Amino acid sequence: MPPAPEALAVTDLHKSFGPLEVLKGVSLTANEGDVISIIGASGSGKSTLLRCINLLEVPDSGQVRVAGETIAMRPARDGRAEPADRRQVDRIRSRLGMVFQSFNLWSHLTVLENVIEAPVHVLKRPRAECVTDAMALLEKVGIAEKRDHYPAHLSGGQQQRAAIARALAMMPQVLLFDEPTSALDPELVGEVLRVIRQLAREGRTMLIVTHEMGFAREVSNRAIFLHQGRVEEEGPPAQVLGEPRSERCRQFIQSHL
Amino acid sequence: MELLSWGDRGWGDELFRATLMTLAVAALAFLIGLVFGTAGAAAKLSRWRVARAAADGYTTVLRGVPDLLVIYLFYFGGSSVLMTIASMFGHTGFIGVDAFTTGAIAIAIINGAYSTEVIRGAVLAVPKGEIEAARAVGMSDALLFRRIMIPQVLRFALPGLGNVWQLALKETALISVTGLVEIMRQSTIASGSTKKPFTFFAAAAVLYLILTTLSTWGFQRAETWSARGVRRA
Ligand SMILES: Nc1ncnc2c1ncn2[C@@H]1O[C@H](COP(=O)(O)OP(=O)(O)OP(=O)(O)O)[C@@H](O)[C@H]1O
Ligand SMILES: [Mg+2]
Repeated sequence: MPPAPEALAVTDLHKSFGPLEVLKGVSLTANEGDVISIIGASGSGKSTLLRCINLLEVPDSGQVRVAGETIAMRPARDGRAEPADRRQVDRIRSRLGMVFQSFNLWSHLTVLENVIEAPVHVLKRPRAECVTDAMALLEKVGIAEKRDHYPAHLSGGQQQRAAIARALAMMPQVLLFDEPTSALDPELVGEVLRVIRQLAREGRTMLIVTHEMGFAREVSNRAIFLHQGRVEEEGPPAQVLGEPRSERCRQFIQSHL
Repeated sequence: MELLSWGDRGWGDELFRATLMTLAVAALAFLIGLVFGTAGAAAKLSRWRVARAAADGYTTVLRGVPDLLVIYLFYFGGSSVLMTIASMFGHTGFIGVDAFTTGAIAIAIINGAYSTEVIRGAVLAVPKGEIEAARAVGMSDALLFRRIMIPQVLRFALPGLGNVWQLALKETALISVTGLVEIMRQSTIASGSTKKPFTFFAAAAVLYLILTTLSTWGFQRAETWSARGVRRA
């Protein structure tokens, strides 16, 4: 079988916050259908990596390529890089779905309005069509009956599932999850993992930052261990999460059993 | 009671017209104040240090100087500016500026200082994560502003703006010094010519209370409407 086409490629990403160098040259490639789990200690740069991919943080150097299109950067006045074309950034962002640890649903909109907001206003698709699609997505994540509720009236698990539906509504080429269950009460974790597991089965391309080792092992076909802003170990989850070669990765896994 | 009746013998219709005048000045001042407040908040939140300093200066001065003094400065300052300009064209003599306009602008400037803080606070109250979520789906700045910021800023600013409106209503009393016939001025005139000051000042108090009560009710309705979806603590 030929390898699936490339969905996302990150090349030699560097990012510092003041004197703190958080990413020290990270590269990774996700082909279509890849589910890559990203693990690492707190502060190792996992969130920063995801946020650099959709330019919520502007990387100092390095490249991000989504479905073959490289985000154009140019040198800024302070010597770092900045996006050359804001419109391109917006366009690429609309193809990357992001799911945040703290859900970040728009609190002034109902669940349904949250899900159709970007398709209607960013993609400029007909509203009626978006509503139909949104209802199917809400059905799929199991909160169709909450369509007219505001986020504040939902449980954390329901909010996160709504946020996943919101991301899916953009029909993204790659989904980025930043610790999607870390803000949830333990009894609500399962319902969110179930949805993500379903997405993996459908062959969605996903990058998942998570501390749920068992879940990472089960759902992903590749795992990356980040350590102090570098990819310390990368490979099949059974290896990285089971029999890591690097001593640091071994220690990390042991402390997370 | 006859004193407050409608028509030639009573002051009722005069007071009614004065009430409309108070409302008109207050409303105009409040609206212009919102424009100043929006500009002030934008300046305070801007990356540009000069803009921030200017806005800080504006709010500090306007909240530190007595409101009556601001009105005097505007009224007399405004007319001397006009007279200077007129004298350049050979005109001499006193030119008064329109009391309605100066009054409204003076109160707007005072009000704008308060609105600045209210709007700034409301902008800062929009959760950062929701702004990031908007960027993450590819919203442009304009779209983010229109679809995410404005509705939430309005919601967060509404209670504070209600207070600013009440202030505007009460401050209109100060511009009676410029001769504008609003509630305060009208009741002063009436008490002077009838020698029944208590009756007229009491009537004035009742009129102000009616105005503020109605506005409180209106703002509360608006707040309830805009706070739908927000969990009540
Ligand atoms: N906007 C920022 N400004 C300054 N420092 C930052 C910023 N964002 C992240 N950092 C720092 O960069 C480092 C890496 O942060 P990052 O959030 O990427 O770590 P992480 O691997 O996601 O950790 P966690 O597991 O706690 O979420 C941390 O030391 C953090 O304090
Ligand atoms: Mg993180």
